[in-house]
Amino acid sequence: MNNYTLNPLATNNASVDTPPHHQKTVIKLTDIEKVYQTKTIETVALHNINIAIRKGEFVSIMGPSGCGKSTLLNIMGLLDEPSSGTIEIDGASVKSYSDKVLARLRNEKIGFVFQSYHLINDLSVVDNVELPLLYRQLSGSDRRKRALAALEKVGLSARTKHFPNQLSGGQRQRVAIARALAGQPEIILADEPTGNLDSVMGNEIMDILLRLNEEEQTTIVMVTHDELMAKKTERLIRLFDGSQVS
Amino acid sequence: MLQNYLKIAWKVLLRRKFFTFISLFGISFTLMILMVATAMIDHVTGPATPEKRLDRMLFVNFIKMTGKSGNMNTFPSYYYMNHYVKRLKTPEKISVTTTFRGVNSYVNNKRLSLDLKFTDANFWEVLDFNFLEGQPFNQQDQKNANRVAVITDHARDQYFGPNVSAVGKYMVADGIRYRVTGVVEDVSYSRFNSYANIWVPLSTAPYNKDDTGLTGSYMAIILADSKADIPKIKEEYQSIVKQVKLPNPKEFDKFYSHTESILEGTIVRQLLGDGENSGMGKFIAIISVVVFLFMLMPTINLVNINVSRIMERSSEIGVRKAFGASSNTLIGQFLVENIFLTLIGGLLGFLLSALVLEIIADSGLIPYAQLGLNIRVFGIGLGLSLIFGFISGVYPAYKMSKLQAVQALKGGQV
Repeated sequence: MNNYTLNPLATNNASVDTPPHHQKTVIKLTDIEKVYQTKTIETVALHNINIAIRKGEFVSIMGPSGCGKSTLLNIMGLLDEPSSGTIEIDGASVKSYSDKVLARLRNEKIGFVFQSYHLINDLSVVDNVELPLLYRQLSGSDRRKRALAALEKVGLSARTKHFPNQLSGGQRQRVAIARALAGQPEIILADEPTGNLDSVMGNEIMDILLRLNEEEQTTIVMVTHDELMAKKTERLIRLFDGSQVS
Repeated sequence: MLQNYLKIAWKVLLRRKFFTFISLFGISFTLMILMVATAMIDHVTGPATPEKRLDRMLFVNFIKMTGKSGNMNTFPSYYYMNHYVKRLKTPEKISVTTTFRGVNSYVNNKRLSLDLKFTDANFWEVLDFNFLEGQPFNQQDQKNANRVAVITDHARDQYFGPNVSAVGKYMVADGIRYRVTGVVEDVSYSRFNSYANIWVPLSTAPYNKDDTGLTGSYMAIILADSKADIPKIKEEYQSIVKQVKLPNPKEFDKFYSHTESILEGTIVRQLLGDGENSGMGKFIAIISVVVFLFMLMPTINLVNINVSRIMERSSEIGVRKAFGASSNTLIGQFLVENIFLTLIGGLLGFLLSALVLEIIADSGLIPYAQLGLNIRVFGIGLGLSLIFGFISGVYPAYKMSKLQAVQALKGGQV
C-alpha cells in the first residue's frame, strides 16, 4: 500500500484534494464546519474541511483525541449534520434529503464499524448481522443467506447462534464487520475498529478490512490512533483541532 | 422484521424483570377492572338467554308524572298497558308481564321462597328460554286463566327433588296449585324483565277490572320486526303517550313514558334522566371520563418506564439508525414492542378477569348469574389493550425518534 499524503495548502483555499489513481468520487465534503453551541460556549469541532473519497480507496484519518476525527466520520456517514458546508454522495448533495431518504442512503451505500462494536446483546450473532437487511425488501431466507455469507467472510460461520457476550473482543468486531458487509455497501466507515483490541486481534481485523478493499474494491474510511495501521492504508488524512493538516 | 421486533421485545421484558412486573401488573390490573366492569354491564344489558334478540327489543318499564304534588316515577298499570301500549301497530309482538313478587311454597314443612311473575303467552314467543323439559303455557291457557306454570330448574330441584321430572305435576305457591307445563334453565336475577322462578298466566293475576289508574306493577316487552323498525316504534309510542289522559291534572299535569333499551330505559334514565331526556349522552361522557382517568395512571407509569428503557437502548437505536432505520420505522418498532407488552398484559388481565368473575358468580351476589367473558367482552378487552399499548407507546417512541444517531451511539439523553 502506498501512503499518499495530501497537500496541506489544499485546506486553506477550499479546493478538494484528489488522489491520483481512482475515478469516481463517492463522498465529497466541501467547506465543512461543525460547531457545538451551548448558551455560553461555542466549540469548533471541524473547520474548513474539504475531502473527496474516491471509489475503492482505503483512507485513514488520524489525529489526537478530541480533534474531530469521529465527528468527521459521522458527518461522512450522514449520522450527523455539519453546521455549514456540503456533503455529496455519488455527486449529489444530501442537504435537502429527508430523514427517510438519508436512512435509505445509509442503508444501501454505507456500512459502519464502531470501536465499541455496538452489537445488540439481545440478538444472536446472525440476527445482529441481518440488521441492515431488515430495512430492505428482502425475504427472511434471503436475509439469512446474506448474513451467513457475510459471517463466512469474516470467519465466524461457527458462531452464528452465539450471543455477543459469548464472544471475545476480536470476534465481536468481526461480527460488526460482517454486519457492515451484509448489505454489500460501497463504503465502509470504521471508527477505531482496532482501538479496543490487542495487536494480534487488531491485525486480524485490519487484514479483513484490507482484503475487502483489495478483493471487493470496497471504499473504506478508517479513523485510527495507530500509526502502524494507518500506514497500511492508501491515504492518510491528519486532523488537528478540527482542521485538516495533511 | 416483525419477528426481529418481537424477539427484541421479549428480551427487553426479560432484561429488567422488576420493571416488567410493574408494567404488566399495572396493565393487567387496570384491564381486569375494566373488563370485569364491562362484563357486568354486558351481563345486565347485553343479549343473553332468554333476552337474545335485544337488538330488536324495547321495554316499557316506567311512567313518570310531574306536577304540583312533585314527581312520581313508577311501574305502569295493567289498564295503561292494555289501553295505550297495546295500541302500538308497528311491533311484531308485545308481551305484558307483572314485576316479579316473592311467594312461598312448602316442601316437607320447610318454607321455600320463590319469585313469581305473571306473564301473557306472548312472553314465550318474544323471549328465547331454554326449555329443559315440557313447554310453555299457550294462548288458550292464558284465555282460560288455567292454573299452569313454567318453573326454573332451581325451583324444580328444590320442590320436586334434584333432576326429578316435574312436567304434569302440581306445585303450590302462595296457596295456589299450579300444574307444571315446562322447566327452563335459571334466569339471572339481573334480567329484570324476564327473571322469576315461576311464571304463570297473566289472566290469573288478581286485579280490579274497573281500576283505570295509570300506576301499577306491570311491564311490557316489545319485539320489533326488524332493527330498522325501532325508531318507528319509539315515534309511534310517543304519539300514543301524548294522548294519555291524566286522572288528576291538578296533582300531576305532565306525563312521560318511553320505550327504550334496557341500558337506556331501565338504568341510565333512572339514574341521570329527566322526563324528556334519557341522560344517555351524560352517561357516555361520565363513563368515558372515568375510563380515561382510570387508564391514565398506568399509562403514565408505562410511559415513564418506557422512557427510561429507551435510555438503556440508546446504543441499539443509534445502530438501527446508522444501518438504515428511519425515525418512522423506529416509531413503528417501538409501538409494536409496546403493543406486544400490553397484549401480554391484556392476556393476563383477561385470565384475571375470568377468575374474578368466577368468584363473583360463585359468591351468589347476583342470584343465578352466569358471568363470563364472552367474545364481545374479549373484543372490548383486546381493543382496550391495543389503545393502552398505543397511547403509552406514542410519546416514548416520538422521543426516541428525535434522538440523533450520534447522540444515541454515545448513550445520549432522551
